[in-house]
Amino acid sequence: MAEHSDPNAPWKTVSGIGTSAVTALLFVFFLQYLPIVAAGEPVRWVVPWIPSLDINFTFWIDGLSLMFALLITGIGAMVMLYAAKYLAGHPQYDRFALYLFSFMLSMLGLVLADNLIALFVFWELTTFTSYLLIGFSHTDPKSRRNALQALLLTAAGGLALLAGFILIGITQGTFEMSELNAAGSLVGKEFYTLILFLVLAGAFTKSAQVPFHFWLPNAMAAPTPVSAYLHSATMVKAGVYLLARMHPSLSGSDLWVWILSIFGAVTAVFASFMALRQTDLKQTLAYTTLMALGTLVMFLAGSTGYAITAAMTFLLVHSLYKAGLFLTIGIIDHATGTRDANVLGGLKSAMPITAAAAALAGIAMAGIPPFLGFIAKEVAYAGALEMHLWLFVVPMALIAFALMFAVAGIVAYKPFFGPQGALPHEPHEGPWPMLLGPVTLGALGLLFGLLPGISAYYLIEPAVAAVMGAPDVGGRVKLWAGFNLPLLLSLVTFGLGYLIYLKHQGLRERLARIEAKSPDLDASWDVFLDKFMGFTKLQTKLIQTGVLRQYMFATFAVFALTVFVTLMARDVGGLTLGLGGLGFMEWGVALLIIAGTVLVLLTSSRIVALVGLGVVGIGVALIFIMYSAPDVAITQLLVELLVVVLLALAFLKMPNLDPTGVQKHNFANAVLAIAVGGLTTTVLLLVVDQPFDRRLTEFFEAASWTQAFGRNIVNVILVDFRTLDTFGEIAVVLVAALGAFALLKGAAKARAVKEDKK
Amino acid sequence: MEALTAIVIGVLTAASVYLMLARNFMRFLFGLVLLSNAVNLTIFASGRMTKGAPALVPYGEDAPLGVVGNALPQALVLTAIVIGFGLLAFTLALAFEGYRRMNSVDTDEMRFAEPKEDTTK
Repeated sequence: MAEHSDPNAPWKTVSGIGTSAVTALLFVFFLQYLPIVAAGEPVRWVVPWIPSLDINFTFWIDGLSLMFALLITGIGAMVMLYAAKYLAGHPQYDRFALYLFSFMLSMLGLVLADNLIALFVFWELTTFTSYLLIGFSHTDPKSRRNALQALLLTAAGGLALLAGFILIGITQGTFEMSELNAAGSLVGKEFYTLILFLVLAGAFTKSAQVPFHFWLPNAMAAPTPVSAYLHSATMVKAGVYLLARMHPSLSGSDLWVWILSIFGAVTAVFASFMALRQTDLKQTLAYTTLMALGTLVMFLAGSTGYAITAAMTFLLVHSLYKAGLFLTIGIIDHATGTRDANVLGGLKSAMPITAAAAALAGIAMAGIPPFLGFIAKEVAYAGALEMHLWLFVVPMALIAFALMFAVAGIVAYKPFFGPQGALPHEPHEGPWPMLLGPVTLGALGLLFGLLPGISAYYLIEPAVAAVMGAPDVGGRVKLWAGFNLPLLLSLVTFGLGYLIYLKHQGLRERLARIEAKSPDLDASWDVFLDKFMGFTKLQTKLIQTGVLRQYMFATFAVFALTVFVTLMARDVGGLTLGLGGLGFMEWGVALLIIAGTVLVLLTSSRIVALVGLGVVGIGVALIFIMYSAPDVAITQLLVELLVVVLLALAFLKMPNLDPTGVQKHNFANAVLAIAVGGLTTTVLLLVVDQPFDRRLTEFFEAASWTQAFGRNIVNVILVDFRTLDTFGEIAVVLVAALGAFALLKGAAKARAVKEDKK
Repeated sequence: MEALTAIVIGVLTAASVYLMLARNFMRFLFGLVLLSNAVNLTIFASGRMTKGAPALVPYGEDAPLGVVGNALPQALVLTAIVIGFGLLAFTLALAFEGYRRMNSVDTDEMRFAEPKEDTTK
């Protein structure tokens, strides 16, 4: 299936333009909240969902969620327009548009939800919709496998997250994020460590931190617009969003600082080396996304104003340039038929607008002034210097940023301004719907950098305030912060980055050799899945034997065990056997029933077994007669007669009980049977030992004549007070009769028809 | 009498469990019949047993005179007996048709829904 469009196919379809227009309208809708939120007034809507469990669809717009909402809808609208042209003429384009739009809505719900359970629902919805998007080229087995890998990993993390959320709800008594953050830190509270680990499991799998990173580069199997969207502002940022959202509640402990710093830094540095190693530009960008996620996590480890400002600024910058670059790569791929970094070069004359857009995004990525990317890097160094583990964080940030500088050159400079390569197609400029996104995003990166005060006031500072849980002092986002250590570090970054760019081809080969020798987590994943499938097969084989006796045995054994354990745990004390004062009649009836039972148990003859059953039935009826239940006794006798007749009729046409004539007994079955019987007797003895509450019976005795005008209380209960019960009983008998009739007559008829046909 | 009934119920239950674990489906049906009886007696006995005083309101009175048998469990047992009969009749039809189709009453052989896995594979 071709990923690319037919250039002549109509692309202005309802599913293409329509979804993009609706998303753009949403973007405008959220824009109106900018001044309100910037003035420090969060907006909140509540729609009750399950009020009894304190679960609501609460939507909460503060600086953090508004920044995400704008990125999601803004970039979403441009990506949808781009995709309409990129995939025009694709036979399943409508399906794609549906997936992408659903994903956009889920993501929007995720960042706006204030209730943790609602947030979890949206979280899982993004997992499912991204699964559909990554596996969009469903005829390709690799695409399906990678989609499944992303689904399993992130969904497993999602389950851990749910457990964490429930623990938070138990500890704090509310699921509303705004109330939790206002109530202060969870550090030191009950379950804090467990909650932290569970939430981090969710966030780290979603945001692809090492060692859960391997699904992200594989997710590049998706069409390029999807990668642009999922890996810029959305899907993978969900984990970062969650860490930022819960920052006021969870941050501050040593555990938080150490885990986030180390995992973030390792992910960032590992990913930037891997980005350098790739030759497919899309894979390179995938790893730079990982680098960005690692950096964001690393800065969220801190709690100082500079660290958080660094995270929020970098988040904004990264979303803009990464979406732009992905879209640019899509245009290059579209126009030249290749994404190979070694081949691409000299495209600037054929694709001037694309080149300009790429340059804008590339400069932002490299962090060169006056772009917002430069400011982000300055603030990041300032934040890193303030962090607890600065001795570790600063060098890691330096390495990552320098590599980023080099990769920016590879991705955005070399294909356009580098030496000409041998291209599969003659390059041509992209169509305007595909250029609009990258150009706008690139221009915004420059504009935000030139107007740092405005971008800080409306976007960054409200987000910082939301993450810190306190009004922000602001004033950190400046194009010129004076001669200081961060500026010096920036200059070092540029120098080091340029050096790496010059030497990158040699470095790439060396990295490839190292990679070949290191363990492959992606391959281990397949082994793990295979082993897991083997285990489930074994489990099914053990549990689901297909033998009825084993199912029955397990059922009775579990029953016996649970009753036994409960009796032991409750420490019920001694049993009293009140067998005194019983006459000849009582003992006689009891022995009669037992004799009948033993007869059924031990005989190999069908007729003798029927006689035994009859004896038991009559014995039970005798108990009813003796103990004041004549109506029950009559019914019992009647039914017992019918049972014996029916069984006799059927058994005449069925084989003997034991084909060999000798009954085989089973010791284990006998032990279990005696255990179940003994426990039943014990429980019943305990029940009758308790004082009896006759209130209900007294009501019926008093009301039988006065309210229902009947003197036989049992009958009155059946036909008056519990009429519906009796009606249900009649229905059951009717259904059983119909069922039996259909089974016996219907099947016989079907057989007759079959024989006729023969 | 409740204590003696409890022992009888224990015997009935043990026997029905043993029969329901047998391979022969007809024995399983015997177990079902015995289990119905055991359950009915359990409901009856846990409502306490009163000798020789049916739950009737004498003519000219508004309520029974003195202690009479507990009417409520009796009503419940009446319903249970009938439903138990319906269940047995249907199961019997099922067993009978099953035997006609599979020509066996051995539950190890009657594996229409969960056939044995092909071991030759």
